[in-house]
Amino acid sequence: MNISSIRRRALAAAVVGTLVLAACGDDDDSSSETTAAGAATTGGATTTAGGTETTKGGSTTTTEGGTATTKGGSTTTTKGGSSTTAGGSGTTAPMKPVSGTLVGSGATSQAAAMQAWTVGFQETNPDATVQYDPVGSGGGRTAFLSGGADFAGSDAALNDEDFEKSKERCGDDGAIDLPHYISPIAIAYNLPGVDGLKLTPATTAGIFAGKITKWDDAAIKADNSGVELPDTAINPVHRSDESGTTQNFTDYLHATAPDVWSEEAAQAWPDSFGGEGAQGTSGVVAAIGAGEGSVGYADASQVGELGVAQIKVGSAFVELSAEAAAKAVEVSDKTPGRSQYDVSFKLNRTTTEAGVYPITLVSYHIVCLKYGDQAKADLVKAFMGYVGSSGGQEAAAKAAGSAPMTAELMKQVVTSVEQISAG
Amino acid sequence: MTATLDAPQQPGSLKSSSGVSKLGDKIFGGVSKGAGILILVVLAAVAAFLIAQAIPTFTGETDKPFPQYVGPLIFGTIWSAFLALVIATPLAVAVALFTSHYAPRRLAAPLGWFIDLLAAVPSVVYGLWGSGVFAPVLARSVYPWLEDNLGFIPLFKGPASTSGRTMMTVALVLAVMILPIITAISREVFLQTPRLHEEASLALGATRWEMIRQSVLPYGRSGVISGAMLGLGRALGETMAVAIILSPANIITFNTISNQNPNTIAANIALKFPESAGINVNRLIATGLVLFVLTFFVNAIARRIARAGFSGAEG
Repeated sequence: MNISSIRRRALAAAVVGTLVLAACGDDDDSSSETTAAGAATTGGATTTAGGTETTKGGSTTTTEGGTATTKGGSTTTTKGGSSTTAGGSGTTAPMKPVSGTLVGSGATSQAAAMQAWTVGFQETNPDATVQYDPVGSGGGRTAFLSGGADFAGSDAALNDEDFEKSKERCGDDGAIDLPHYISPIAIAYNLPGVDGLKLTPATTAGIFAGKITKWDDAAIKADNSGVELPDTAINPVHRSDESGTTQNFTDYLHATAPDVWSEEAAQAWPDSFGGEGAQGTSGVVAAIGAGEGSVGYADASQVGELGVAQIKVGSAFVELSAEAAAKAVEVSDKTPGRSQYDVSFKLNRTTTEAGVYPITLVSYHIVCLKYGDQAKADLVKAFMGYVGSSGGQEAAAKAAGSAPMTAELMKQVVTSVEQISAG
Repeated sequence: MTATLDAPQQPGSLKSSSGVSKLGDKIFGGVSKGAGILILVVLAAVAAFLIAQAIPTFTGETDKPFPQYVGPLIFGTIWSAFLALVIATPLAVAVALFTSHYAPRRLAAPLGWFIDLLAAVPSVVYGLWGSGVFAPVLARSVYPWLEDNLGFIPLFKGPASTSGRTMMTVALVLAVMILPIITAISREVFLQTPRLHEEASLALGATRWEMIRQSVLPYGRSGVISGAMLGLGRALGETMAVAIILSPANIITFNTISNQNPNTIAANIALKFPESAGINVNRLIATGLVLFVLTFFVNAIARRIARAGFSGAEG
């Protein structure tokens, strides 16, 4: 008995040892070279520290420092012999890999993107660890304001009350919001044989308020001439749990059709309008798929094979796309009464600009402008710089289906991230 | 360690004569008492947490008065658990009787294991199965039939939900979840029926069913009830299965097949908690306190009934 148990233990130790050795092997950095300065590239281009970075053949170069890059073969150069920093092109602060543990918590909508960002950031900063706890926007904001988290992920920017509270945590400058995650909300429906359904705000509000009950109602027919609409009953599906998606969707309905949608925007679906409730984005998508004639709203990246409606904006019907969603942020006003570096928006749902998809969820990263110690400030600055860079935004788009920030927005965010310092 | 002998014992004295066993008695007695006290302390700590976190709800400003908020939830909790119990208990008693009195010995044990396997399935899995597989099947075949033929009964007034995620589906899934508990306890109790009672009944010319009705069921009554109360306790607190399956609305209704159903307290907390902040969190914990008190009362009632004794044995 003794010998066989020793043999078993030796075998177990050998297996564990093999696994450890395998895990300690080199990471595979596909097709990119990293320099001593720690800049990472994707797409096969080379960066050198202390000099020019060039893009070959029109590939996109992204660096960990967050330079805005352009597609189509133009050259980006860094001046002053230093590699790029979180401040964007042309800044002179040197960028070395940071270390330490960054603790964040908040919105579940960002969870998938956050995983991609963590991986990307830790590739170039192997000594840094990022931990994100998707407890929900409310929990994240509370954790951040109490000092338990270094940053918060939140589907809503800080309200005025919380902004005042943030001054206790961050000093007189308070906290700022960075719109790092832009996600369009699709109106998905299950009508076999009907493609490209067109909906106006009033019709949408009527459907979800339970006023329009059949698909061949005159209001829907009016916008969809030439489409054969069945006389199936409409089954509107909403979120049974509280969510930022509901908040943004009801905000859109209340802003564009207040006479039909009389309830204020809220995270919880209003009691007065019925419909079927499902848990989570996946629940809503499953519920729409299960019943013919169902229609609901869900994060665009998760709707799969379901049909997606076009929304009337101004006088044209806009199809859902990442660019249109990102543009919705651009046509909106910034929240008043905040620091000049705060980049949060009161989304303009009633815009009539062309090519804008107004049913969009913007999820923010809430950070202090001043942190207690230098190491923490560097860590936050580096991470936020990566997240706000094209590389970070593309990584999130691939992992979570979000819409990358427009170049204009990126510039604003980069300027704000520059301001993060110790003090 | 040598055992020392004390002076010869006085007649009638029950004191132990060994020093070692006195120490063992003390230690074990102390550990038992400590364990009992620890449980009480934990229970008191949970109650204290619930009360402390719930108080701000009543002193602060919420968008809805608390009774109006928690009323439909209490109704939904009790209604879903009651329906599940009504469906599960006769079925569980039947299965237990089959296992203890009808089935051949070789079939009885495996059947018992399979029933117990139902208890091993996580409730999230029940929720996903109920929402993804069971509900659509019911929605296609059962609910439209109920609405058309039995629609005059308020329970089946409809309009039938197209996705089947209704109170009736939840009650059926909850019944499946609490079945193994009630079955296991009932089976044990039925096996304990005194052979003499059964033999006496058979000797007087009773058929097997009459024997069961006369000697087994009365004897096992309090055991079945305590098993049912355990199942009810589980059904009252069931969270994830209800959260995933049910399509909730803030109403009180007896309609079990529409897509407007009252939610349960536990499922409501599970759905609302992640995105809640401030006083809404306190309000959710207050509903948790209500559920705690409710379950406490249900268990107290169960104990009283179960302690009523073996009525069959007495007379």
